[in-house]
Order: sequence, then structure tokens, then C-alpha cells
Amino acid sequence: MRGYASFLAARIRVLLQYRAAALAGFGTQLFWGLIRVMIFEAFYRSSTAAQPMTMDEVRSYIWLGQAMLILVMWGPDTDLRDMIRTGGVAYELLRPLDVYWVWFTRCLAQRTVPLVFRAVPMFVVAGLFLGLGAPPSPASAVAWLGATLAAILMSAAFATLISLSLLWTISGEGMCRILPVICWVLSGLIVPLPLYPDWAQRVIMALPFRGLADTPFRLYLGHILPSEALPAIAHQLVWTAAMIAIGRLMLARGLRRVVVQGG
Amino acid sequence: MVETLRLYGRYIGASVRGQMQYRASFVLMSIGQLFATGMEFLGIWALFYRFSSLVGWSLPEIALFYGMIHCAFAFADGFGRGFDVFPSMVKTGDFDRLLVRPRSTVFQVAARDLQLMRVGRLTQGLLVLLWAIGALGITWTVARVGLLLAAIAGAACFFLGLFVLQATLSFWTIETLEICNIVTYGGVETAEFPLSIYRTWFRWFFTLVVPLACANYYPGLAILGKPDPAGAPELISWLAPLCGPLFLGVSMLVWRAGVRHYTSTGS
Repeated sequence: MRGYASFLAARIRVLLQYRAAALAGFGTQLFWGLIRVMIFEAFYRSSTAAQPMTMDEVRSYIWLGQAMLILVMWGPDTDLRDMIRTGGVAYELLRPLDVYWVWFTRCLAQRTVPLVFRAVPMFVVAGLFLGLGAPPSPASAVAWLGATLAAILMSAAFATLISLSLLWTISGEGMCRILPVICWVLSGLIVPLPLYPDWAQRVIMALPFRGLADTPFRLYLGHILPSEALPAIAHQLVWTAAMIAIGRLMLARGLRRVVVQGG
Repeated sequence: MVETLRLYGRYIGASVRGQMQYRASFVLMSIGQLFATGMEFLGIWALFYRFSSLVGWSLPEIALFYGMIHCAFAFADGFGRGFDVFPSMVKTGDFDRLLVRPRSTVFQVAARDLQLMRVGRLTQGLLVLLWAIGALGITWTVARVGLLLAAIAGAACFFLGLFVLQATLSFWTIETLEICNIVTYGGVETAEFPLSIYRTWFRWFFTLVVPLACANYYPGLAILGKPDPAGAPELISWLAPLCGPLFLGVSMLVWRAGVRHYTSTGS
């Protein structure tokens, strides 16, 4: 356990170096959020029919999405890619630690640090000026925190899967491009999930992706009641466990055919 | 002029051959991009499915604006890639080498790279545009076809101009400015919808400060035969495509000022 902890700490220290980039990213995300809010306001102006979410809820949902964006933005882990290209991956195999969990820990750090950097200012600015409301009750806030932690784990499990796909494609473009887009659409970052057609809801709710964003967001809003929080978080955790299992299987198969170049 | 074009062909040929060395990767990236932008349009469709109209605009009308801007941006992004990666040239001092060659710096930066992968976005934009044209039932006069093509070309010039400006800034900042993405990528995102749906201050920003409105909003109005809800005269729609090349021209002048200001980082 101590081994993984020091991996996490080392990775976090590396990532802490990129504060300026985080600030620039923050400005960009603010702008993006504004565009989205205006688009949804226009849609809500056009229809008087009752919708599954109010505009105020959508507004908060969008800002939560901007705050948590990093959980659904995976690039290929370039360090890992270089390691696989150059054969440095052999060192990873020599360590007396389980490779899967080492890589999982890397991904976890990669999610957590930028998340904090981007989420905290977003909560402050959006909360004060842009209409991000507070959770309706302390219970909702607690449920949201729990679901957010589960979402971080799930995001790391997804990211590890993408990293593992590098063992086959090396450049990793296929997985790295297509998986995030599916996640964007089905996690609620493009359109809040309750606004998708009613006939699609059951499928969307069964799929894992909502655990990345929609589940914590709706718990925050009280749109999913705190009393229903446990099954929602269980849904996240079961899928996370499934993805970890798939990842371990991929790793076992991938390592069987790794050829380390000499030199 | 002919000689310049031939040289441009040589440069681009080298870039394309380079990219074709990784054919599978190229195909995957293009498909990925087609897929990415396609999924985004799915989101717009879902919203129309629920709300059925957007303050008086229908889905095919939105698709027209959407298709126009994505085609234009795909061209600009493909040809202007050199400017996108330009800040790293300033940082490493590679730009010094361009200064000693007997060709203009704009030419050399522009010719450095042609991103073939952008065919993914282009294909998706074209598909949406063609669907819009089919679904709208517009009477296509020569003038309207001309306006559509001119608008896409003009919008491509406009985005190229933005890339040039963004690259120019790096003469002063040395860094890549992610914040500039709000007018390039953010501009595309904004212009997927008619500008009239946004708040007033935002509309003014993208009309007067950054002339995005000329890229597809005003020409789109004339193609659809709709009056501007904000009351702009129709003449603007027909003049709007000229705005792009004009903007590109101004950007080039700013670029020249930037080059004069340039001092090598010495690395």
C-alpha cells in the first residue's frame, strides 16, 4: 500500500507544476459554460411544456459539468506511451508492485489534481455570479460528495483502460478519440441526461457513463433524492469494478505478448 | 506567383507524405473526428426532439448554420495548422531559420503543415449541410449558391485570420495561449446556432469585436430568406463573405508588426 501511496504523491507533485495552464483552462471553460447556458435558455424560451428539469437545474448542471469536466477528458498518458514505445515499460514490470494498480494510481493522480484546480475556482465564480445553486439539503451534499468520489474512481478506471489500449496500438489514437466522445454524450456533459428522449432513458441509465457526471450532478441538485443515493452510487461502483476487472484481463493478455527491445 | 505555388505544393507534398507513413493512424484519427463531431450533432437533435423549436428556428435551419461553420473551420484548421503549432517555434528559436530564407514568413509557416485528418470534420460538416439543403426546400438561385460558397470561403479566411493573430501573440508571450481558443473553437461552437439566440452583449462581441456574425449568420439569413430578428438590412448578408478576406488581410499586417518586434529567445 505504501508503494502505491508514494506513486500517487510523486505524480501529484509533477502535476502541481502546471498551475498557469490550469488558469487558462479555467477561462476557457467559463466561456464554454456561458455559451451552453445561453443555448439552453433559448431552448427553454421556445417551449412552455413541462420539462424533466427546470432551467435553474439545467444551469447548475452545466456549471457542475464545467467544474468536473476533467473527469471526462482523457488524453493518452504521454509518459506511459513513451515508456511503451521505448521499452521503458520493462522497468514497470520489474517493480515489486502490481502493474495494474500502479497505472491505476497514475491515472487517479492525473484526474484528481487538475480536478481540484479547475473545480474550486469554478464553484466560487459560478456560485457567486453565474447561477450555480447550493444543494437543497445537507443530505444531498453528502450524497453528492460520495458520488463524486465514486466518479473519480470510475474516471481513473476508464483512463487506465485507455492507457492499457496503448499496449496494442502504441499511438492510442483509436480508443483515445472515440471513447471520450461516447462518454461526453452519455455522461450528460453535452446534454443533461434527463433531457434525452424518454424512450432512450432506460438504456442511458443502465450504461456506466452516467456515473461520471450525471449521477453526482443530480444528487447535488436533489433531482435524485438523497434516499435514492445508495443504489445510484452502487451503480457507479459496480461498473467501476467491472472496468477494473476488464483492465486486469487486458493487462494480463497484453503483457503476454510484450516484447522488450534490447538496448 | 506560379513559382510560389509550386514551392507551396512541394512543402505540402512533404507534409502529406509524412502523414501517410502512418496510414492506419490517419484513418483512425479521421474516423474519430468524424465520429466526435457527429455525436455532437446528435445532442442538438435530441434537444430539438424535446423542445421541437429554438425560438423560431427549426432543426434543418440550425443544420445549415452548423454545416457551414464546420466546413469552413475544417478548411481553416487543415491549412492553418502551421500557425497553431507556431508558438513552439518561437520558444525553441526555430523561427530564426525562417527569417534567413528568401520567402515571406507567413508563407513558410502556412506551408509547414497540411492536416489531412481534418477531412473527418469536413465530411461531417458536409453531410449535415447536405441534409439541411435537402430538408429545407430552398429555391436555389445562382445567387444563393454563390453566396453559400462565398460564405464558407469567407468564414475559412476569417478563422485563418484568427489563427494568424493567435500565432502573432506568441511573439510577445512566447507561450501558447489556450485562452485564444474561446474565439476559435468557441467561435465554432457559438456559430453552430444562429447568433440571434444569444444575449445582446454576446452578440455584439461576436459582431463588432470578432466579426463571427459575418461567417455564417448573416449569409445564412439571406440563404434562408429570413429577416434578421435584430433588424440588420439584407445588404449586409450579401456583403458579409467579404469580411473574412478583409479580416485575414488585417491579421497579416499585425503579423508583420509582430515579426518586426520579434527577438529570438536565443535557445
